[in-house]
Amino acid sequence: MAKTLFEKVWERHVVLEDEGGPALLYVDLHLVHEVTSPQAFEGLRLAGRRVRRPDLTVATMDHNVPTLPGPVSDPMAKAQLDALEANTDEFGIRLHGTGSGHEGIVHVIGPELGLTQPGKTIVCGDSHTSTHGAFGALAFGIGTSEVEHVLATQTLSQLRPRTMLLELAGELPRGLTAKDVILGAIGQVGVDGGVGYVVEYAGDAIRALSMEERMTVCNMSIEWGARAGMIAPDDTTFAYLDGREHAPKGAAWERAVEDWRSLASDPGAEYDTHVVVDVAELVPQVTWGTNPGMVVPVTGVVPDPASFDDADDRIAAERALRYMDLRAGQRIEDIRVDRVFIGSCTNARIEDLRAAAAIVAGNTVDERVKALVVPGSATVRRQAEEEGLDRVFLDAGFEWRLAGCSMCLGMNPDILAPGERCASTSNRNFEGRQGRGGRTHLVSPQMAAAAALHGRFVDVRTLDREPVTA
Amino acid sequence: MKPLLEVTGRVAVLDRPDVDTDQIIPKQFLKRIERTGYGEFLFYDWRLDEDGDERPDFELNREEFRGASILLAGRNFGCGSSREHAAWALQDYGFDAVIAPSFGDIFRTNAGKIGMLAIALPADEVERLMESVDLDSGSEMSVDLERRVIVAPDGREVPFDFDEATRDRILHGLDEIALTLQHEDAIAAYEHAHGIA
Repeated sequence: MAKTLFEKVWERHVVLEDEGGPALLYVDLHLVHEVTSPQAFEGLRLAGRRVRRPDLTVATMDHNVPTLPGPVSDPMAKAQLDALEANTDEFGIRLHGTGSGHEGIVHVIGPELGLTQPGKTIVCGDSHTSTHGAFGALAFGIGTSEVEHVLATQTLSQLRPRTMLLELAGELPRGLTAKDVILGAIGQVGVDGGVGYVVEYAGDAIRALSMEERMTVCNMSIEWGARAGMIAPDDTTFAYLDGREHAPKGAAWERAVEDWRSLASDPGAEYDTHVVVDVAELVPQVTWGTNPGMVVPVTGVVPDPASFDDADDRIAAERALRYMDLRAGQRIEDIRVDRVFIGSCTNARIEDLRAAAAIVAGNTVDERVKALVVPGSATVRRQAEEEGLDRVFLDAGFEWRLAGCSMCLGMNPDILAPGERCASTSNRNFEGRQGRGGRTHLVSPQMAAAAALHGRFVDVRTLDREPVTA
Repeated sequence: MKPLLEVTGRVAVLDRPDVDTDQIIPKQFLKRIERTGYGEFLFYDWRLDEDGDERPDFELNREEFRGASILLAGRNFGCGSSREHAAWALQDYGFDAVIAPSFGDIFRTNAGKIGMLAIALPADEVERLMESVDLDSGSEMSVDLERRVIVAPDGREVPFDFDEATRDRILHGLDEIALTLQHEDAIAAYEHAHGIA
């Protein structure tokens, strides 16, 4: 019988399965960070349990590390980071701690170390674990109770999710990015359109994306409620992985690639739902509200709440406009920004920084804007510096910070002040996400860079025709 | 985990769609390494103003919703971040059951792990339940997990679906890790068969 990519990966990992009940799935890679793990380790200690497979468990520090050099000044953040160090030491788990040279956002370092591979099951106490699905892995976020369960048993009990094929049809226009693709798709299917599903992204527009871009798409699967997002591995995937530290080598590599090729969904495989999103006419996207589905083209205007059919949507839009201090009909290009954040597990890989730097090069950040670049990992930061990208950003007036989650969720000192408006390459524009009272607009790295230069949103496609007046 | 057979108590209504876990428990409270004591931070920015005083216009601050153990909520409740702190905060605040048209998948799973009932009902059914709550004097209702039936404030019985394995674990207060460890042989056999030495 023809099978989907998801079905193949799922079936390979079933340890036990009750008819109609949950399956016990084996976990190939468990990623751990400081925020969602301390209570899980404490649970193990209280029950006298061990970590079953420390060799399949990898930890990093990312959520509340400062991005300026120096000691951690927040005592609670420090206690949490110290707890991770003590826990990984006690249970024999590899830790890529601050200063190790391999630290960074958990969803950036997994792929760059070659730990993320096609066909694996990957979990982490973080909803953006969906990122790793870009390699054809089944990867999803879990809560702390599940973290403890995986630590103790290397398995998870899971009900079989439904499957959805999200086909991205058409050729992505020049100047458009993976971020625009996924924001546009969420705008179309809604923030709860994927609840209960594992989604496979397919179509020519997906095949044409680099691995970094595919990671951006899969990263935001959770933003429309999907349990996980997956993309079939292909030559782009294998070229990315070849030679990475934990990727197979020599004959083992050849065997692995042959096996990975067999993971793609079979012709005629059936999905519970099939959705088509056309990207041929896509325009750069900017969110206007307080969830990622509240999004419009940069050429558009803030929508009128009265224009929504659903009563809940109308009320949510009214609330969002109040919170965002915007009015219906306002042109997106007239919205001024105070802050720009280029970073996060969505858009802080080397390609993202290159794309932003290409917009920034030779220009100056608007004098009213404070702009921040936070590389996704220490490795990305080093590579960017070797390419001179740090100089491009610094010369323009950006700050060039150390790796971490930073202003994506503002657990470290990088936060918005109440009322500040930010063009952000991150994944969530929820109320208060970047700081209490802060206002977040989600955009691509190119759009964020352009907003920094102009102090307002501009359509990156018009930039070569529009002089920068900083 | 304590066994939970049914919940009877006051009902609170939070009729907003897409309530994300960042609202349920803002990030500044995720730095604690304890598992308890999150109730005072529940809906922190919605419940309290900059001075720490209650916002009178926030639903949970209504007198008739005080001490509620059942929450009626809008669609896609608990979307966003995987933080189990959201479920801990709701439970610590006093909620033993949340009823909504749909939930964020991870939130729903997290609730099940700690013995808090996350029950999905058709949207029109949730709306009927919300309408049956007396907004002047407050209302009580029951959620019977054993019978899988909600008894609405007007006495009407509403059946609900609940994942059987999670129901069994909550009814008996079972430790899921201990249950899985009973399958040690199967896990070891899987590792052997797949060359995960």
